Amino acid sequence: MKVVLRNPRREVELAGNRRVKDVLRELDILPETVLVIRGDELVTADQLVTDADTIELRPVMSGGAQ
Amino acid sequence: MKCRKCGGTAVLELRRHNAAFCADDFQEFFRNQVREAIRRHRMFTIDEPVLVAVSGGKDSLALWDVLIDEGYRTTGLYLDLGIFDYSVESRGKCEAFAAARGVPLMIKRVEEEVGAPVPVIKQVTRRPPCSGCGLSKRYLMNRAALEAGMPVVATGHNLDDEAATLFGSVMHWQMDSLPRQSPALASTHPKLVRRVKPLYRLSERETAAFAFLRRIDYIVDECPFAKGATSIAHKEILNRMEDASPGAKHNFLFGFLEKARPAFERAEAVVLNECVRCGQVTTGTLCAFCKLADQVKRSV
Repeated sequence: MKVVLRNPRREVELAGNRRVKDVLRELDILPETVLVIRGDELVTADQLVTDADTIELRPVMSGGAQ
Repeated sequence: MKCRKCGGTAVLELRRHNAAFCADDFQEFFRNQVREAIRRHRMFTIDEPVLVAVSGGKDSLALWDVLIDEGYRTTGLYLDLGIFDYSVESRGKCEAFAAARGVPLMIKRVEEEVGAPVPVIKQVTRRPPCSGCGLSKRYLMNRAALEAGMPVVATGHNLDDEAATLFGSVMHWQMDSLPRQSPALASTHPKLVRRVKPLYRLSERETAAFAFLRRIDYIVDECPFAKGATSIAHKEILNRMEDASPGAKHNFLFGFLEKARPAFERAEAVVLNECVRCGQVTTGTLCAFCKLADQVKRSV
């Protein structure tokens, strides 16, 4: 599967099917810090992502001047 | 995972609420949280015009979207910070949002108001960029609202922003900041408008999900100056705590607001004066914004 990461934008390839929560664990990303997007839908941590899928892990954190 | 309300397929799990929601029920949950914030803190009424400070990011545009749909009379305020392509793109997002919904958008350029854009202010002051930026934003938001005759400014601060600010204040025991941290700050002077944060009950993951589900075109890239900001470091720490103990951020912030904040309120109110130069409110004689503009003028 292809995993798209942002800030900076980059792509990671992972082989085989996995649940979203396992993808996040493998990439050391806390579930609280990203939206997981497949196509034009959000997916939850228990869902299975297949080898043919592309998912985006979109960071939700913003900061700086408050 | 199933939606707690309708049993359909969930699109978002909210561990701190021990719940998951489908797209429609999540959006209703989100709107209810905003309604509750406005009601509980009497932020504004349906008859009052509201100035919504927008940055082009997920939080402020999600807030504006909800307030428009709830029937509030809103005007957007975009402050152009002059931060290279980031400002060009974020301004474009705000203009497109306002045009698509037929709502007014005011634009103020920091370069015109202070004498230089944020990147130059950073160099001149030799302080973190967020310092001069935050100061300019707070000043210009208040002044713009006063000039437009609007009694209240709404910002997109979310639960994570508020918890991170509280964390920073507690780490340094900033006794002047702690009593000022509130979802709603009343007007304490004729030249200070009310400042409210209707998203304070919602995490930034929730505001991002709402913006995504509403197909709001927001700027995903981070401000180039935010890298290394203290507020980001504090958010990372709090997110580790949240991961280990869902609800940690909520309990930290809401516990403070409900139980601890009154203890930090000073017995004596701060004396507010009007700046001898610009007439805006200050605790001294010349306000911090005018001092910053002077410093910029001397160096540019």
